[in-house]
Amino acid sequence: MLRLERRPQPSRTWVWAAPVLAVVLTMLAGGVLFAALGKDPVAAIRLIFWDPLFSQQFAAFSRPQLLVKAAPLILIAIGLAIGFRANIWNIGAEGQYIIGALCAAAVALAFFPAGPVDARFLGLEFTMDSAPSRWWLFPLMIAAGAAGGFVWAMIPAILKTRFNTNEILVSLLLVYVAEKLLAAAALGWLRNPEGAGFPGSRNLSRFPEAANLELIPNTGMHWGVVAAIIAVIFGYILLHRHMLGFQVQLAGQAPRAARFAGVAPARLVIFCLGLSGLMAGMAGMFEVTGPARMITIDFNAGYGFVAIIVAFLGRLHPVGIVLAGFLMALTYIGGELAQFTLGLPSAAIQVFQGMLLFFLLALDMLSNYRIRLTAREVTP
Amino acid sequence: MSMPLLAIEGLTKTYPGVIANQDVSFAIGEGEIHALLGENGAGKSTLVKAIYGLIRPDAGRMLWRGAPYAPAAPHEARATGVAMVFQHFSLFDAMDVAENVALGMDSPPPIRQLAANIAQVSTDYGLPLDPHRLVGDLSAGERQRVEIIRCLLQNPQLLIMDEPTSVLTPQEVEILFQTLRKLRGEGRSILYISHKLDEIRALCETATILRRGKLVASCDPRQSSARDLAEMMVGTALQPPERAGRAEGAVLLQVEGLNLRAPSAFGTSLKDVSFAVQAGEILGIGGVAGNGQDELLAALSGEMRARNGAITLEGRPLGRAGPNTRRALGLLCAPEERLGHAAAPDMSLTENALMTGAQREGLVRGGFIDWTRARGFAEQVIRRFDVRTPGPDVTARALSGGNLQKFVIGREIMQRPRVLVVNQPTWGVDAAAAAAIRQALMDLAQNGAAVVVISQDLDELLAVADRFCALNAGRLSAPRAVAGLSMEQVGLMLGGAGDMEVAADNAAETLAQARSGVVHAEA
Repeated sequence: MLRLERRPQPSRTWVWAAPVLAVVLTMLAGGVLFAALGKDPVAAIRLIFWDPLFSQQFAAFSRPQLLVKAAPLILIAIGLAIGFRANIWNIGAEGQYIIGALCAAAVALAFFPAGPVDARFLGLEFTMDSAPSRWWLFPLMIAAGAAGGFVWAMIPAILKTRFNTNEILVSLLLVYVAEKLLAAAALGWLRNPEGAGFPGSRNLSRFPEAANLELIPNTGMHWGVVAAIIAVIFGYILLHRHMLGFQVQLAGQAPRAARFAGVAPARLVIFCLGLSGLMAGMAGMFEVTGPARMITIDFNAGYGFVAIIVAFLGRLHPVGIVLAGFLMALTYIGGELAQFTLGLPSAAIQVFQGMLLFFLLALDMLSNYRIRLTAREVTP
Repeated sequence: MSMPLLAIEGLTKTYPGVIANQDVSFAIGEGEIHALLGENGAGKSTLVKAIYGLIRPDAGRMLWRGAPYAPAAPHEARATGVAMVFQHFSLFDAMDVAENVALGMDSPPPIRQLAANIAQVSTDYGLPLDPHRLVGDLSAGERQRVEIIRCLLQNPQLLIMDEPTSVLTPQEVEILFQTLRKLRGEGRSILYISHKLDEIRALCETATILRRGKLVASCDPRQSSARDLAEMMVGTALQPPERAGRAEGAVLLQVEGLNLRAPSAFGTSLKDVSFAVQAGEILGIGGVAGNGQDELLAALSGEMRARNGAITLEGRPLGRAGPNTRRALGLLCAPEERLGHAAAPDMSLTENALMTGAQREGLVRGGFIDWTRARGFAEQVIRRFDVRTPGPDVTARALSGGNLQKFVIGREIMQRPRVLVVNQPTWGVDAAAAAAIRQALMDLAQNGAAVVVISQDLDELLAVADRFCALNAGRLSAPRAVAGLSMEQVGLMLGGAGDMEVAADNAAETLAQARSGVVHAEA
């Protein structure tokens, strides 16, 4: 008979073994799923996890993509993880990401240079020798993106602290509001005036002062990656060295003890939601000015939701989040490969990502409980 | 001796790193009240859980009237005839008595019939209880009756009681004992777990004493002194708390007209609470659980805010100040609930030391934590208060109740408070640890601090406090000097009649009136 027995303290081994085992189980279950779809499971798994990094054919394109995809995931997940540690559940990073991108793009477009229309429209290189270099524009856009995400996250934060609403629901539902705003912007206020009526904003990658270009060619290294690295270091110091991070964890583990220790719950809600919103907004900014190049109706690619998986897979620990971010980036890239070479439906890869979270949550039980095989009779 | 009701032979249970029970053998006879004695962490709970089918022993066997008995789950134990009243009640406040009883039964009868059964059992055994009252409105003693009646409805042969009197007033204890003696008279057996040695000597005819998982003695507690029993339990000679006389000091903490609305429907509002504590003094606040103790501690710790002038520390009003402001000024608290309130269960002792010691011990500089110093502070607390643990990296929940309590109280005392407020400092703590904690509180007062001890343990309050007052339904009686206070007077203060008595201390007529007042209040 199987029985669960509570451990006297959480097992450190299992805390880190669970995500590894979850990945293995996801590969197995994913293989079954792909087989059911009539695909060769071994080939599909290999295509997702191996080929993007090591195949002659794909690696040259895929490897830089790893940084491009991992950076927003890590940046968002660090912010989410800090909140999750305090039991403050921001599920709406996707919405904050969208609003951040919109705000940053709006600032960029507000300063879009008046110049020869045809040159820009044709996508030709142009220089503005008349105007002095506006070095402050890019930092201003970062600030705008961060502020946008922050403000969007303040809606659930203030509703929670004032009216005790559930931040999970409010932040999640605000994602759909943000998506509508995104569509309205792409069709209306931010639409490219020279875009022949097509939805979508101007291409920001053609606007050097506002573009988030690769810093080192063919590496995928852009400013968003730099921001993600800073976020990881910041997250580590906050959680492990700073009193605020200690209070965050105390509030998450023992809310009554936290109040006794002088932590004000309302301020913590504002801090955690604000910080995660700010980071998600920044991720949106780096994405719209870089890899995505412009605001489109379906600009958001689900990073805000997948970052939740990244945060948990990385054990809400900054270093773990880096590893998990790369892994999830790999499933994105590999999933796309599998889509166009094997013809797997794009939903299959989302199911695959979702399975990973489910296996992880199930296995997490083992860090607090041990499974015991017990006989029916007491041994004499 | 005839065949025992339950014989336990060579029972062993190990947890990772701990031997909870090692080769324990004893027998409970029919119609016997059998005491199970031991320090916290001695293995009493494990043993009882094995009897009740909550855990399985690794080795050894149990015999029920000579037949092998190995319950895989509590319902099997109940079917055999074992019932248990837990130390912590599992009742739903928002449901009435009959509904709560029904929830704990394997196959409850219709609620109307059950209510009749409850009324029947409650009159049969002298446990007054109305089956239709909401549990949220009941006192701790009445809640315990719900649990006992739930057990009795199953007609058990063996009733296990875990620390049953720790939440009762002296009068309620007497009622309980009458019930237990009546049950014994019917030929039922009772396994009685307690730290209160006087009770065991008054009630039980056999005692089994455990120390660190092993059986150290079986004896007749009526033939042994409380001191002998305690020494068998602890293994060393006990030091009764002692201290020198004290001089009048300046008032350090003054509470004046403190009113506080209960935070929840089942909390207690504080009504016009006033008291003052001097330097060098211990003020004992008695009262049955749920009469405002938690709220009073929260108001003093700063978790709940009051009118600013309601609380003054050395003349400085801080009723609206937060916990950390109060700590900085020297008002420190240790709440009752160790896991989850005074300490974070899954955090290490180092982190728990940091939790309240951050400011006064200088463990944080510019917002950054000095982990080396935090660890050093935790180690100091562990060493000075004899906390038995492998080290400061162990999580709080891995410690036994008594050891964690020593850590939690020690953590505050080590910060040299001006005023220390403790709630239930020795709740669920073994005799040796309780003595150490009481001594530490008295030493603290001796060194010029003011100490407020909130407790339900009257013996404890009368042993350590200089003055005593009682909390009843959120009101605090006027404090009285402990010297010369009788148990009867204390009981009346707890019942809310104490003020009447202060007027004419020695007049027997007044006392009689006050008694009838208590009866009226209850009717």
